[in-house]
Amino acid sequence: MDALDLSRWQFVVTIGFHFLFVPLSIGLAFLVAVMQTAWYRTGNETYLRMTRFWGRLFLVNFALGVVTGIVQEFQFGMNWSSYSRFVGDVFGAPLAIEGLLAFFLESTFLGLWIFGWKRLSPRLHLATIWLVAFGTMISALFILAANSWMQHPVGFRLNPATGRAEMHDFFAMLTNPALLAQYPHTVLAALATAGMFVIGVSGYHLLRRRDEDVFVRSSAIALVVTLIAALGVAFSGHAQAQLMTKEQPMKMAAAEALWDTEQGAGFSLFAVGDVEHGRNHINIQLPHMLSVLATNTWNGTVHGINDLQARFEREYGPGSYVPVVGVMYWSFRLMVGAGLLMIAFAAAGLWLVRRRRLADARWFHRLAPWGIVLPIAANLLGWTFAEMGRQPWVVYGLLKTDAAGSPSVGAGFVLVTLVGFTLVYGTLAVIDVALLARMAKAGPAAASPSPEAY
Amino acid sequence: MEGHGYLNLPTLWFALIGVLWIGYFFLEGFDFGVGVLLPFLSRDDLDRRVIVNAIGPVWDGNEVWLLVAGGATFAAFPEWYATLFSGFYLALFLILAALIFRGVAFELRGKDPRPSWRAWWDRAIFWGSALPALLWGVALSNVLRGVPIDANGEWAGSFFDLLNPYALLGGVTSLLLFTLHGGVFLTLRTEGELRDRARRAARWLAIPATTAVLGFLTWTFFNARENDGVVPGVVPITALLAVAAVEWLLRERLDGWAFVATGLSIVLITATIFLNLYPRVMPSSLGAENDLTIWNASSSHYTLKVMTVVALVFTPVVLAYQAWTYWVFRKRVRREDVAEGAPA
Repeated sequence: MDALDLSRWQFVVTIGFHFLFVPLSIGLAFLVAVMQTAWYRTGNETYLRMTRFWGRLFLVNFALGVVTGIVQEFQFGMNWSSYSRFVGDVFGAPLAIEGLLAFFLESTFLGLWIFGWKRLSPRLHLATIWLVAFGTMISALFILAANSWMQHPVGFRLNPATGRAEMHDFFAMLTNPALLAQYPHTVLAALATAGMFVIGVSGYHLLRRRDEDVFVRSSAIALVVTLIAALGVAFSGHAQAQLMTKEQPMKMAAAEALWDTEQGAGFSLFAVGDVEHGRNHINIQLPHMLSVLATNTWNGTVHGINDLQARFEREYGPGSYVPVVGVMYWSFRLMVGAGLLMIAFAAAGLWLVRRRRLADARWFHRLAPWGIVLPIAANLLGWTFAEMGRQPWVVYGLLKTDAAGSPSVGAGFVLVTLVGFTLVYGTLAVIDVALLARMAKAGPAAASPSPEAY
Repeated sequence: MEGHGYLNLPTLWFALIGVLWIGYFFLEGFDFGVGVLLPFLSRDDLDRRVIVNAIGPVWDGNEVWLLVAGGATFAAFPEWYATLFSGFYLALFLILAALIFRGVAFELRGKDPRPSWRAWWDRAIFWGSALPALLWGVALSNVLRGVPIDANGEWAGSFFDLLNPYALLGGVTSLLLFTLHGGVFLTLRTEGELRDRARRAARWLAIPATTAVLGFLTWTFFNARENDGVVPGVVPITALLAVAAVEWLLRERLDGWAFVATGLSIVLITATIFLNLYPRVMPSSLGAENDLTIWNASSSHYTLKVMTVVALVFTPVVLAYQAWTYWVFRKRVRREDVAEGAPA
């Protein structure tokens, strides 16, 4: 492997690991803020115990998201210096603004929340956790603005003198159609992630009939949030797919393993493809459904991989413009499948709540801890799909990934840091997951209020 | 705007990035120092909890100054960001690994009462603080000294180019100065025996730190090329006088003034480096024609304008709430405050 391949693997490892924690942090900040608000409004001690218990899990998770985030910001310059030179004028701004607006807000008010239980008035203390939750959402907005620009570059010009992209309309970046679809999709997915996490941990305890007051209430709140959020993820995902059909037709074609342009294209449920010859051996389809989903018309045209490849060769010159079709096809299907299961599971849980049978529904609580896997898998699959589907481009239509690396960094260096980060992250993952599991299983009694957190 | 006076956006952004590094070294400087002193000042776990909690509410917010400095460099001077980060590759990796373990250690050490668990995280806090405290000095000294940069603005050196005597002295200086800063900070945030120990340690550190600062600034003075930026001698001289006064201030138990002095010294040494750089951002040791400057490394006028508006609106807000945090947590951390099982 050369430096470029190693750099790509390093990005996969570091951002994949980062993204294990971030959606849960965004969602949990919101849920903890909701719980603390309930305590503030009602004075009911159960809500306070909920806030403390979930708050502790949130903090451990948040710490991992923060420290792995630093690496992301440095990595563009370290491994992708050609990329950084090309896009810095446009891409750097949302990153810097994210730091100024969001990271300061999150970290400062999180410190105030952790240590301020006694030193701030209850009202002010409640405000700090809301500001943390707000900060996480702002953070998501700006980092997704940066990513959306890579997916669908807007508001820039190519400077012929320097060969760099230069920003000329910041507002266009913030209203990028790709961002308007991607932002709700990602943030709602984060809320669903935290929801499924709370339902899962609550299920573990309810199955053992421990602290039922805390966990029935926690589960009920999380079920409402999960159902609404997961439905929102589905709708915004649909909007995103329609946009993708227009902006990145190759990504859509690969997701569907659609080799040739069709009118009234069917939605593939199961396919075995032959990448070399550009066709499928087996393809079980729902007729016309792809055209309906992608274009809102019964016989709408959906472009196929082979035709798009020919078109892109004419537009951009020779080379392959086809992402890894197998990964595209299955990551998309597994993501959607996981999302649908979450909707069904949350709907079933809410039905139990309505019937006042949640506490006794042992089958539900037995399944619930396994449900935590669903959103985490869907998040990673969704990102894999979004990023790998853009290949061979790192900035769609402007800069190819193989021209984006650091010319001055040799493969040996990248290998050292790749192994280094993998070891560091691997160690932390084991420790962190073990600690989270232990704290989650110990329940709210162990989360007894201590005046200082460290 | 293309005029080469001082009133232009690239100069403003160079100054702002300088301010971000100054803020970062001032704030995380004492965090690092506290981490380095952790094993030396503590007699039992309760001491260690006091020490960690002294920076508990603020260390994360302090670290964001680094993130924003990095982000601002990326946005305002992409060429500088790209050359610096790809060139200082392994050094940055070590800093990142150290900061990762350190950050996790603060959050996790208290989550399990087993002594072995805490001992591991305490080691992570020590090394995670000492290593960046040393390496930031090495890195910044190298930026000022000049590193091999070719005509394309690409790094053309090896890792060992970074390990020269001047830069190593810079590293030793930052390590000593930050540790001193942290020791003085602890005299303000703790009480009783721990506070006495912190003061003794700081007094003991003040002499070598002053010597290092003297050596580093003298060497910097002789290193400076004729065409180098603006360095009013009063800035480095005040930096030296400030750190030289620390021992006396601590002897007189003027802890607050001692903290002002260590802080001032850090601020002015960093300012000296940035003033000396201007208008270059990364001089090349292969010839001045390869220097990265605020002119050939900066973003477009439009981007700088957008960033300026955002920075002017939000920086005061950030400064206000960070200052307020220090006000909220102004009281000293006592042993009884952090005893486990203490009533809420």
